[in-house]
Amino acid sequence: MNAQENGAPEAGSDVQFWELRLYVAGQTPHCVKAIANLKRIAEEHMQGRYRIEVIDLLINPRLAGDDQILAIPTLVRRLPAPMRRIIGDLSDTERVLVGLNLVSRSAAPGQGLKALS
Amino acid sequence: MDQTTLTSLSKSPTGIRGLDEITYGGFPQGRPTLVCGGAGCGKTLLGMEFLIRGILDYAEAGVFVTFEESPGELARNFTSLGVDLNVLVNDKKLALEHVQVERSEIEETGEYNLEGLFIRLANAIDSVGARRLVLDTIEALFSALPNEFILRSELRRLFRWLKDHGVTAVITGERGEKTLTRYGLEEYVADCVIVLDHRLTDQIATRRLRIVKYRGSIHGADEYPFLIDEHGISVLPVTSLHLRHTVSTERISSGVARLDAMLGGEGYYRGSSILVSGTAGTGKTSLAASFAHAACARGERCLYMAYEESEPQVVRNMRSIGVDLQPWIDGDLLKIVAARASAYGLELHLATIHNAITQCHPRVVVIDPISSLMSVGSYLEVSAMLTRLVDHLKTQQITAFLTSLTHFGGTLEATDIHMSSLIDTWLGLYSVESSGERNRLLYLLKSRGMAHSNQVREFLITDQGIELRDVYLGTHGVLTGTARMVQEADDTAQVLVRKQDIQRRRRELERKREAVEARIIAVRAEHAAEVAEAEALIAEEERREAKLDAERADRAAVRGVDAPKGGQS
Repeated sequence: MNAQENGAPEAGSDVQFWELRLYVAGQTPHCVKAIANLKRIAEEHMQGRYRIEVIDLLINPRLAGDDQILAIPTLVRRLPAPMRRIIGDLSDTERVLVGLNLVSRSAAPGQGLKALS
Repeated sequence: MDQTTLTSLSKSPTGIRGLDEITYGGFPQGRPTLVCGGAGCGKTLLGMEFLIRGILDYAEAGVFVTFEESPGELARNFTSLGVDLNVLVNDKKLALEHVQVERSEIEETGEYNLEGLFIRLANAIDSVGARRLVLDTIEALFSALPNEFILRSELRRLFRWLKDHGVTAVITGERGEKTLTRYGLEEYVADCVIVLDHRLTDQIATRRLRIVKYRGSIHGADEYPFLIDEHGISVLPVTSLHLRHTVSTERISSGVARLDAMLGGEGYYRGSSILVSGTAGTGKTSLAASFAHAACARGERCLYMAYEESEPQVVRNMRSIGVDLQPWIDGDLLKIVAARASAYGLELHLATIHNAITQCHPRVVVIDPISSLMSVGSYLEVSAMLTRLVDHLKTQQITAFLTSLTHFGGTLEATDIHMSSLIDTWLGLYSVESSGERNRLLYLLKSRGMAHSNQVREFLITDQGIELRDVYLGTHGVLTGTARMVQEADDTAQVLVRKQDIQRRRRELERKREAVEARIIAVRAEHAAEVAEAEALIAEEERREAKLDAERADRAAVRGVDAPKGGQS
């Protein structure tokens, strides 16, 4: 049930690209919610500039150890570097954007979300 | 789960020396056990040894989940303990799972659980078919995951999950300031809690272990010292609480014939405890070495703990009194373990002795002297340690030979009084000074269960070994050394004089008898001579008479025969 979703063909090298992996364990409410949230955020903020891989650890349990996964769901930002882990069902959009390097941490919450290029 | 069964709790033996004894069989099987303690107190080692012993001794595979050290570091650390973790891993007996957590990498964005950890544990358990599992230390999660509420509920789920999987788990935890563990893990692990401690007393470090709680099982309640050496952990249980050791009626020689004679003629009992108290230079070590020598000569293994002299020194010194220990050392019968008493703490000494006993399986153990251990601990501690030791030896039917240096001035009995109840046979050695010399004396203070001599003997160390001699009780007290020799010479002289006197009288009598006999012979001879002479005279007279008669007849014939018959004129 590993799925890859590409927003669009790769853009130019000067454009930021997101390579993301979402680790889930079956179809638990958390996981379903996380997948939905991720798709929404990706489409809203990174359209055409992302690749998402959803890994179900119930199918590939070995990957949990290889990728040092503890919490489910965990979103791993493999690109842009450095690697970063975002845990939870991704319902806190603001923090997801911080984690994805889409807004800077210093941007005060409540001031609206601003996509970075 | 949580079924109440009337059968007694089944246990997983840890295989760690001593720990199974105080837990009466090991950790609760299929349940988590919490091991907590400060940094460097041996938690990781205890956990790992639990797994390794499980693999090697009980054919139970294990999973070690490390949150701190990497598998590479772990393998390196345990190589120094003589265990190659990589071999166990390659043999599919052990799985090392490294859970790396760094808070800085983690952004929290809503609801989550720790299913990833569960998946990894399940995967690791399945990969080797594990029956044992160690989490070292799961508290690392508290610093990694910001949401303590989720973490706590997940921990509760984890421990339930472990029970459901039937793995015997060891959870380690850092000691907290007021609670047993910093994050209160004891709240979740309620079955068995063990606290490790590592403390310094008088600059000497001692490790101690205590079972705080063991639900559904009896357990030792004391603080037990434990030791980490090249063979791993060993805990030293107090077995003295029950005086149940079997006793032997077998007797073994003390190595000194005359001393055996004093001990009811046969020597010490096997498995008994013997104490030799004495002031400096009274021959305690010589007596101990003679005993060890005799044991080895019987083909028994002997362990000699030397706290004052090195092995070569003991061997050299004993050779000078005709006790050659070297062949026994070469023949693997005698093991001399020399260490400075102050080198380490009392508990470590005890542990060292224990380990040496486990490795060398002696029938006789000599500790020379126990008094040097006094410098390491207080009287109370030392006697507690010796109680444990002597008891341990007795349960194994090992004869204990202890020497003790008593100080000048105090009496022997007073110095070692706290030891007395432990000791079956107690020998006293002291020296007396008289007529410008010091001489050694030996006596038996007590010897349980045998008729023993009440005599004080002079104790001589010769180049042929130890000799015991009678002492002279004269008007000036006991006579020893030169005084005794003078007395002995006197006695010998007197005996000689008496003997000569008798012989002289005998000779005189004989001479008299001979004189009488000679006289008798002479008288007889004289008498015979007289008789012979008288007989000769008689014969002469008779001849003459006959001749006269003949002449008379002739004359008558010549003169004519008219002469009347009868006389002439």
